[in-house]
Amino acid sequence: MALRDEYTTPEAFRTYCREWLEANRPEPTRMPLPQAAYEVTLPEHRDYLVAWQRKCYEAGLIATDVSPEYGGHGFDDFQMIASNEVRRAGVPYFINWIGLGMTAPTLLAHGTEEQKRTYLPPIFTGDDIWCQGFSEPGAGSDLASLSTRAEKDGDNWVVNGSKVWTSLGSLASWMLLLARTDRDNKYGGITYFICSMREQGVTVRPIHKMTGESGFNEVFLEDVVVPDHQRIDAVGAGWQVAMSTLTSERGAAKGVGAVPSSESPMDNIEALIALAKTTMRHGRPVWDDAVLRDRILKIYERTVAVMQNGRRMGVPALNGGAMRIPLQSKLVGSELGQELHQVAMSVLGPAASLYVGDEHARADGKWALGYMNTYTGTISGGSSEIQRNILGERVLGLPKTK
Amino acid sequence: MSNSNQTQPKDFGYGEEQDMLKNAAQRFISDLAPLEALRKAIAGTEDPYLGEERRGFYDVDAWREMTALGWSALAVPERCGGAEMGLVTAVALAEEIGAAAMPTPLASTLQSTFLLREMATPEADAVLTRIAEGAAVAWGFSDAHGSLHPRDTSVVAEQRLLSGTVHFVQDLQKADVVILAAREEAGLAWYALDTGGDGVQLVADRIVDLTRDQGRVELNGAAGTRLVDPGAGEPAFDSALPALLTLVAADIAGAAEWMLQATAEYAKTRQQFDRPIGFFQAVKHPIVDMMIAADQSRSLVYAAACAFDFDREDALRLALLAKSSASDTAGFCANRGTQLHGGIGFTWESDVQIYHKRLMHAQQLLGDGVAQRSALAALL
Repeated sequence: MALRDEYTTPEAFRTYCREWLEANRPEPTRMPLPQAAYEVTLPEHRDYLVAWQRKCYEAGLIATDVSPEYGGHGFDDFQMIASNEVRRAGVPYFINWIGLGMTAPTLLAHGTEEQKRTYLPPIFTGDDIWCQGFSEPGAGSDLASLSTRAEKDGDNWVVNGSKVWTSLGSLASWMLLLARTDRDNKYGGITYFICSMREQGVTVRPIHKMTGESGFNEVFLEDVVVPDHQRIDAVGAGWQVAMSTLTSERGAAKGVGAVPSSESPMDNIEALIALAKTTMRHGRPVWDDAVLRDRILKIYERTVAVMQNGRRMGVPALNGGAMRIPLQSKLVGSELGQELHQVAMSVLGPAASLYVGDEHARADGKWALGYMNTYTGTISGGSSEIQRNILGERVLGLPKTK
Repeated sequence: MSNSNQTQPKDFGYGEEQDMLKNAAQRFISDLAPLEALRKAIAGTEDPYLGEERRGFYDVDAWREMTALGWSALAVPERCGGAEMGLVTAVALAEEIGAAAMPTPLASTLQSTFLLREMATPEADAVLTRIAEGAAVAWGFSDAHGSLHPRDTSVVAEQRLLSGTVHFVQDLQKADVVILAAREEAGLAWYALDTGGDGVQLVADRIVDLTRDQGRVELNGAAGTRLVDPGAGEPAFDSALPALLTLVAADIAGAAEWMLQATAEYAKTRQQFDRPIGFFQAVKHPIVDMMIAADQSRSLVYAAACAFDFDREDALRLALLAKSSASDTAGFCANRGTQLHGGIGFTWESDVQIYHKRLMHAQQLLGDGVAQRSALAALL
């Protein structure tokens, strides 16, 4: 019997997810996993995480609402339930978060029938890991100024250029690629492709971040051949398609189950409060310091507010427009995470200096590591400054900055 | 820390009924155009050094109409002639009052209703019945320092005769009845007094906010009706406190949204350097930050109201968060709203100053953000 015939009510499905996750929680890895999926580089971690993702997919927690012809489970509106339970359970994240979070929604909205049948099932199982080829050394916030070229050659395209900040680049089979097909048309001259990472001419080189980790990569593309059937939507429609992909990344679109990090905002603030209660200064817990405690509680307040924002999204009469709250979530979530870690540094005081591997570091140095990694959130996927432009323009109708 | 929300409806208990009331209130208030009336009433009264009495503007006919519509009695129990709706409904209305910066005793009367409901005595019910009949009720307990809890009241009751002064009573000039905390030998009690009674003197404060009135009640052996027994006064207040905080926060959420929309509108029309100023990111981004602040406060207001109606154990935590957030939002939106309006927002004739002052006032009512977070610490 198909899962969807077995669990017909939201309550029954939630209970099923909760019990399944409790019963199938995986043993921890020998080497601790990085804090988020975009940092994974070790083959040992990859194998472990792919096996975990496959298991969750088979249990119905991934592609929950996708039609069975594309490998989904065919539920009506249960993905949110499954994803919430995954986050709640504190189990490992899904390594293929780009495939799940960006490729799948993009293909479901813009892909051909054949593309959907070919690419979606291995995204869900984790067999094919995806990366994203948008940013370039010369095209960051002004993404549409990208210069990687694709030139038509019979039934193929030949691609030359380079991409940067490519998470999972060393593990990926496929890349979501934006390339320029018309030099004279900034926005209308960009086309969206699916590019094989195994193709000749693709070179991946890791970037070492300030944390010392190297999940990001540079990708060099030299005369890489991309068949025309790997083009998504029309020639020149790439910018439009990319905007819909970024909407998925910002959490505004209905997803297929991407969970890129297993840390929830509520876990983070509760950990900070616990840290303040157990870190001593002048013979007293830091929590007793009224000034620091006020800063912590301000973050607690905003964290609860963000969760209640999510709840308010379910009451359209109280929303002030459909995109108003969803478009805030990336900006607010990333800045809140950053401020939370900054306050944690103050709580730790001189001990904030201790890093991963030091025997005296609290939580094995994750506060300092996490602090530095919060810049990934505030810079990537449209920096906070770009997010404020988008909110001002699309929600409040202010004149475009562009 | 409590995070239970098993018993709470996902939609805050905000349904069709609440939405119809909210929309009706919006239409009713916009037909009344209280802002226009307020502008006329305050024209020419700006000089603070002239020392003339400023009692706060208030449209008595509008108040009568609102009581006729049943709004002031919406949370009064059915046994006392009211509609017995919950805090979510009251908050939906309070938000509209804030959005219109409306001078009205409705806010105080709604707050008094929730305070009286927690007393649950025949005497308190009698006051609730008067609310259902159209009475405006104010309440207070503060000493001259602006204390935030009735345990610090400077009013003393002996043989049910009250002496002392209660400060910072909201909507005092508009009230028919005032509810006051008083210390007796056996503990804290609450009393009700008619504002026109013997031994009761009302003194209006000169306040910054043009949309409210505030004053002190000087008591000199005034006879009051005791609403709860000595000792029961603190628990009654403590269990009503989440509702009181949330109602003030809802007023702020409404006024902050007005400030956001007015500022965005101004940034679209005001031209400098050959462009609307909203083009510039130094203007655009803080307006977005106003929206983020207003939205967070609004979400917490509905969460707190819902907890009060459905999950009392978590009501205080969420109400402290709602007022903490709303107080900071009030300060921030008032500040950015005026700054981004430039010189015009700083003038007496601009509506921005009216909202700025209403937000400033509400920011401090029942304590600002720091005060709420200080109380919250004990719960975590």
